[in-house]
Amino acid sequence: MTAFTQALRAEVAKVTTTRMWWVIAIVMVGYVVLMAGGLGAALGFAAGQDGGGLPPGVDLSSTIYSFATGIGYVFPVIVGALAVTGEFRHQTVTPTFLAVPRRGLALGAKFVVQCGLGALYGVLAFAASIGAGALALGLAGLETGLGTSAVWMLVARGVVAMALWSAIGVGLGALVRNQVAAIVIVLAFTQFLEPILRLVALLTPVTQAIGQFLPGAASDGLVGASFLAVGGMGGGGIAILDWWQGGLVLLAYAVLTTVGGYLTTWRKDVT
Amino acid sequence: MTATDHPTVPGAPIEVRGLTKTFGGVTAVQDLSFDVRPGRVTGFLGPNGSGKTTTLRVLLGLVAPTAGTATIGGRAYRDLTDPLRTVGAALEAASFHPGRTARNHLRIQAMADGIDLARVQQVLDAVGMSEYADRRVGGYSMGMRQRLGLAGALLGDPGVLVLDEPINGLDPEGIRWIRSFLRSLAAQGRTVIVSSHMLGEVQQSVDDVVIIANGVLVRSGTIADLEAENPPVVLVDAPDRDALARALQEAGLPFTFGSDGFRVATHDAALVGHAAFVAGVELRTLHRLSTGLEDTFIALTTRGAAA
Repeated sequence: MTAFTQALRAEVAKVTTTRMWWVIAIVMVGYVVLMAGGLGAALGFAAGQDGGGLPPGVDLSSTIYSFATGIGYVFPVIVGALAVTGEFRHQTVTPTFLAVPRRGLALGAKFVVQCGLGALYGVLAFAASIGAGALALGLAGLETGLGTSAVWMLVARGVVAMALWSAIGVGLGALVRNQVAAIVIVLAFTQFLEPILRLVALLTPVTQAIGQFLPGAASDGLVGASFLAVGGMGGGGIAILDWWQGGLVLLAYAVLTTVGGYLTTWRKDVT
Repeated sequence: MTATDHPTVPGAPIEVRGLTKTFGGVTAVQDLSFDVRPGRVTGFLGPNGSGKTTTLRVLLGLVAPTAGTATIGGRAYRDLTDPLRTVGAALEAASFHPGRTARNHLRIQAMADGIDLARVQQVLDAVGMSEYADRRVGGYSMGMRQRLGLAGALLGDPGVLVLDEPINGLDPEGIRWIRSFLRSLAAQGRTVIVSSHMLGEVQQSVDDVVIIANGVLVRSGTIADLEAENPPVVLVDAPDRDALARALQEAGLPFTFGSDGFRVATHDAALVGHAAFVAGVELRTLHRLSTGLEDTFIALTTRGAAA
């Protein structure tokens, strides 16, 4: 176990000794503040106009706060993927494997540490969405929900989701190995492919049942609120996994991609 | 870190047995066997692309052999419990994150193998890098990267050192420094293997040589044996060649005559000069030829390439 503890320490130091983690964190926070603050202001204004234009059963504050994961999740995926692909790009995988020749141990340590970093991103993202969202709601004279346990449970589940997204990034990075390819895949899938798939899946009950197992949908299930589940779809009626089911599905994606990456590229020759 | 700090550091022998590695259909190393002994500096020599780096990477567990074994003290690298404290390696493609400082790179390596972090400053001092240690590696020169690679190899105070082309990119002062450094490491009882594509580069600092070409062993043995096969020669010439020939004969110095002068079979140019002086012969040329070792090296490696 000490070998694993040593590997964990080294992986933490790898994160903290370059600038990437906080540069990406700043971009994420800025993005979430803009979206949560902007939507909070817009919906707050609309709600003030006609006394609440939201579908029944949808909690405005939770929806706005969930921007932290709803749009922020792409950042931990990218950070997790870069943690692996960067090792190949800069050939630091050579010193890494020299120090930890049992490669599974090295990848396991990376998985765990990136989960931790993803959780930290989750905390930062919720600080951003709640900070900007509550401010906008408060200014519109609406309920911020900050006194309710439901909001804080949402935050806790969201932090877990962000941790798992980071781990999925690790798995994807290990599968792909090429940094540019990994980023392209992350962006294409999260920003384009999955939203379309989720939309198309809504067309029939069968595809809808399958669609809820898509990673983004599972993540929304885990967090328990999402602007995608609300936005334009008329609210209720969309199949979504329970929070624990969503969490398990997300965990399964993380584990499967990482084990797959280990079996395919991580064990290859380092030349 | 001086030699007195470590009067004896027991180095383990390196054993390569029947090592073969093919990449795709290309054979990089074929049925290679050799030993590297502790307390000596071994030059691992061969032209570029002859399979040196592949062999070292197999030894270090980075590349899986197609057949055969490469062990350190009888164990494969991947089975070592404290790898960095057993084997220190600096590989040619010195691989550092450009955005990370040298000190942080070394700290990460130390953490990963449970090495006392105080060692980081010690090895930085040992390679003369303390001044630059807190700069990002991205701005380093080739020579600085080589030194950082060496610092990483020394981090765990290992008994075995594997250095791939450590002299590449060093300035003359750095080359002189590393030569004496390698000698002192071996004098402490460590096993030191140094690869190079030029024999002349390491000739003065190695005890043993392992020469490969096209992935095949062409020679292994002591440098002394190799040198003995290539006796040193002094080149001498005079405006009056007949007089010089007589002088050499009188001094009992065997020689041959070539287009550029007389080749005298001795290592001592002063002896030849004295013979000429005694006979009153004016000299035009007098110098010791670099031994034919480099020629032999090229002959050996081209022969290997043809095989």
